[in-house]
Amino acid sequence: MKPDSLRVLIPALSFAVLLAAVFWLQPRAMSYLGLNLLFNLAVPIALATIAQMLVIAVNDLDLSIGTFVSFVACVTATFLNDSPVLGLAIFAAAIATYALVGVLIHLRELPSIVVSLGMSFVWGGLAVLILPAPGGSAPPWIRALMTAKPPLLPMAIVASLVIAAVAHLIVMRSSFGTALRGVGGNARSVERAGWSVLKLRAATYALAGLFGVLAGVSLVGLTTAADANIALRYTLLSIAGVILGGGEFTGGRVSAIGAVIGALTLTLASSFLTFLRLSPDWQIGAQGAILIVVLAIRLVLNRQERRG
Amino acid sequence: MTAFAARPWIWSWIAMAAVWGATVLFTGGASAAGVTHAALTFAAFSVMVGIGQMFVITLGPGNVDLSIPATMTLAGTLSLKAIDAWGGGTLVGLGVSLLVGLGVGIANFTLIRALRIPPIIATLSTSFIFQSTAIWANRGIRIKPPDALAGFSTDMTLGVPNVAWIALVLTVAAWVLLERTIFGRRVLAIGQNMRAARLAGVPVDGVRFATYILCALLASLAGFLLASFSGGAALNMGAEYLLTSIAVVVIGGSSVAGGNSNVPGIWGASLFMFLLVTMLNTYGLGAGVRLILTGLIIIAVIVAAGGRTRTR
Repeated sequence: MKPDSLRVLIPALSFAVLLAAVFWLQPRAMSYLGLNLLFNLAVPIALATIAQMLVIAVNDLDLSIGTFVSFVACVTATFLNDSPVLGLAIFAAAIATYALVGVLIHLRELPSIVVSLGMSFVWGGLAVLILPAPGGSAPPWIRALMTAKPPLLPMAIVASLVIAAVAHLIVMRSSFGTALRGVGGNARSVERAGWSVLKLRAATYALAGLFGVLAGVSLVGLTTAADANIALRYTLLSIAGVILGGGEFTGGRVSAIGAVIGALTLTLASSFLTFLRLSPDWQIGAQGAILIVVLAIRLVLNRQERRG
Repeated sequence: MTAFAARPWIWSWIAMAAVWGATVLFTGGASAAGVTHAALTFAAFSVMVGIGQMFVITLGPGNVDLSIPATMTLAGTLSLKAIDAWGGGTLVGLGVSLLVGLGVGIANFTLIRALRIPPIIATLSTSFIFQSTAIWANRGIRIKPPDALAGFSTDMTLGVPNVAWIALVLTVAAWVLLERTIFGRRVLAIGQNMRAARLAGVPVDGVRFATYILCALLASLAGFLLASFSGGAALNMGAEYLLTSIAVVVIGGSSVAGGNSNVPGIWGASLFMFLLVTMLNTYGLGAGVRLILTGLIIIAVIVAAGGRTRTR
């Protein structure tokens, strides 16, 4: 078996185990409505995870994605709703800023952790300026899109499949995606092959910014309102999602499909807990425990895979 | 420039002095003593967690302890609870907090080693569990520290806050540990090249284990002192130290890729981070603008201090 397919298979198996556990606990979840409830919030998390995966693919880490998604959500609930042109212009500027951050990190050889840490304050500050108190309202079209009821499968699943397919095509199938992962693997040889690593890194960050924008817009479509802290936990969730999905921090070894599965696993984990009727004190702790169990399953599967 | 290259921590001290000057000048010099005192007090907590995080980051790429905030909260909560339940004062509290640190360190490294997962993810997972344990133990009741302990943590000796003295002693110890002991050399060696270190006979697992325990011990000590200082443990008391602990290490001039760290930078960066917020507060700016400027200044400092080549 090719290593790339193996990278996806193991997260998919551990996801299936968790899903089976949920169905066993609550058989009624095995329906259109049940699945919709389980994966309701998966779409924005999956998009943010793809953004993080792109940055991780070039050996960087984005600690600002959570505040960035919050910022986008605030813009969506205000500017994009009131004057769509201005809203889109802000998004274009935000994506350009992301590209600029990539250029800065590359030219000055800065640690991405610290630059994105600084950017997280900037996005957070802008979000507070736009929406000092929770509020705003979702543009009707995104509300309609996110709550649509397609036949057979709930919107959250359909959207996740589309996200996984698009991201897979970009990262694994296009020449840009190959070069992008090459930057993470061996930047010098990519440079020698005639690519500009500077342009690649800028494009990667711009693309990450675009997925961040999509995450924020889709989040507001689900929540109908925004506040400056709405997506802060996405920073850690997206990193966990990439790793759960079989990605690695270095070497450009990532998987787009795996990342979406990782995001779905994390969403499922928190839904799972509401079914367990656990005391609220232990909700967060149980999420940590599930994360550990999923990683343990991955280890066991990994070992058997190697033996077999 | 060679002097600067040999002392990567100098940038954080320059930035710190500039921000201190800008703050004090704005108030016409009247605030010099007050600002300095507050900065030393609050920087002390960042220094304690920063030293622990520095040793962990030194171990190489992927090594970051994200459980520091939860460890601080858990240690702060349990130590004050123990004093309240058993009596015995400061020593019992200190003992309980250090036991928490030991437990956290063992749990973290066991997970990293047993599941072979990146430390970022392992410590993220455990931090959820520590946080839940703290919520469960806290039960929304704020236990006040005994008067002697509260007094000690807010008092000064020779014009310097007691917590700053503790941080200073720990800093000197950390400097000796990193620069003058076999343990410190081994930590650096692992950070530069784990494989080479292992082949050279460095007990890699043992050193990493000790490093994670050291980090957790410092975090729990900081949590205990912070809870005593602020009149009781609060569930979100550690939250801001997640990013602060990483920021002070890197702004202080240690390499985020590991293998190249320094201790003095942590003081410069901790004072800088506190003074920066104080300066922006003094100028009477709103929360949004303050956050934006904080971010831009952090980036400006790292750009000014940058230009060092990435080793990987």
